[in-house]
Amino acid sequence: MCGIVGLFAKDPGLEQELGAHLAGMLTSLSDRGPDSAGFAVYGAPIPHAMKLTLRAPAGYAFDALMPALRRRVPGTISLQTCATHAILTVPETGEAATRHALAEMARELVVVGSGHRMELYKEVGAPAEVARQFHLERMQGSHGIGHTRMATESAVTTDGAHPYSTGIDQCLVHNGSLSNHNALRRELRRQGYSFATENDTEVAAVYLTAKLRDGASLRDALMGSLRDLDGFYTFVFGTATGFAVLRDPIACKPAVMAETDCFVAFGTEYRALANLPDIERARVWEPEPATVYVWSRQA
Amino acid sequence: MSGAPRVVDLEQASVRELNQALHALTPDSNETFWRVCNPRGRHNLAVGLDAAVTVEIAGHAGYYCAGMNKQAKVIVHGNAGVGVAENMMSGLVHVRGDASQSAGATARGGILLIDGNAAARCAISLKGADIVVKGSVGHMSAFMAQAGTLVVLGDAGDGLGDSLYEAHLYVCGAVAGLGADCIEKPLDDVHRTELQAKLTQAGLAGQVDPGSFRLYGSARQLYHFDVDHADAY
Repeated sequence: MCGIVGLFAKDPGLEQELGAHLAGMLTSLSDRGPDSAGFAVYGAPIPHAMKLTLRAPAGYAFDALMPALRRRVPGTISLQTCATHAILTVPETGEAATRHALAEMARELVVVGSGHRMELYKEVGAPAEVARQFHLERMQGSHGIGHTRMATESAVTTDGAHPYSTGIDQCLVHNGSLSNHNALRRELRRQGYSFATENDTEVAAVYLTAKLRDGASLRDALMGSLRDLDGFYTFVFGTATGFAVLRDPIACKPAVMAETDCFVAFGTEYRALANLPDIERARVWEPEPATVYVWSRQA
Repeated sequence: MSGAPRVVDLEQASVRELNQALHALTPDSNETFWRVCNPRGRHNLAVGLDAAVTVEIAGHAGYYCAGMNKQAKVIVHGNAGVGVAENMMSGLVHVRGDASQSAGATARGGILLIDGNAAARCAISLKGADIVVKGSVGHMSAFMAQAGTLVVLGDAGDGLGDSLYEAHLYVCGAVAGLGADCIEKPLDDVHRTELQAKLTQAGLAGQVDPGSFRLYGSARQLYHFDVDHADAY
């Protein structure tokens, strides 16, 4: 099961409502994934700054980290707490020092993603509740992706929830299961990549990160996964400026897309798209198997 | 068909209420024309009908629309999700847009007409219904199809007719590849007549030349037990 959604604004006029639409899409796929949910939203970049999305146990005092961080990381640092998550904005040049400091000072805290634009939230619970607790409906951005999880192969934990981010401004949601993830994880570890979980989707995310780091285009990175990944998958992958979709060659998992002059949207089922503006006039189609779809916009 | 349709708005009524109302129809009912508004991709619309009525669905339908249909004419004014008209027994299901995977799966009778494309596994395990797709069909279509016909005006994806029994597959466009035990057969007069009848049923008489189709059927090597292959079982 599981449900995935994605929304990419072609018209900047939609950016203000992006979070509200994404929340509706996510909620509509609750019965495909009632265990946990997550989403990533690509908002406006802050010049020369990097946003780190932090996650910690409920009730964690993120604010208490700030005095020490300010001592150790030069430049302007700000923190915005949202339930179990917080967005820490640091100077671009201070990202490594920040990560180092956090690893030393706060072991219970996880950096779940980083980027100039991307913020990433995921938690155990019903999708509507997860969207509500992080105020997704108020978020703005150029594009966003989300996932509702019905756990089948590992426990219902926040670590097992999607999206997975393994590169700057990159994130992946996945519907399906991979069968060669252990071998691929070993290979990627050998190449120097590290993994935070035993999850198959994280392996796919790292695989794509590695391809992009090697200079592949977004399209070529995904084409590579047709060769190197074995199993069932429908992927929606986000980068700072791009939005891509891929289904495995036998199209095991369902997928529907819609496009208007205003947006491109992805849903595991059409129900997720039914409330988007002007959907009656959208081109609605089922993405072809083994075919990469990419949209991108100016940085 | 009577004049004004009975309208069911799914923003007001549930899918269960819709289906129960359709199941409650008696043969002498005057309510023979129904219109379903705001389907919004909901699943199981107009399933299990057994009445000579027309049901128009005003928008995109979700999974299993018109499944198990008997007698009824169900028209989807949009796309249909997975398994449209699955296990249909009789009647007509007409999708004005595209159909998702497994359209007409296991259908035993009736006609499924798809104006757009059908995705993978169209007519999987077909058991006697007639399916006409004006666009193309995806991979593994007519997998293990036992009886009935699949007529495709466009192209067919890879693995067409894999493990086919006795269904007849007529394709006008290109076939990406045939599945195991599926072969091209000569389009003789018997098949040409059969195809012409299916095209006429679908309202396509005179619009398409039956001679422009190729016929695919079973090589019958796979479904007969062969004692020489006993070791393989």
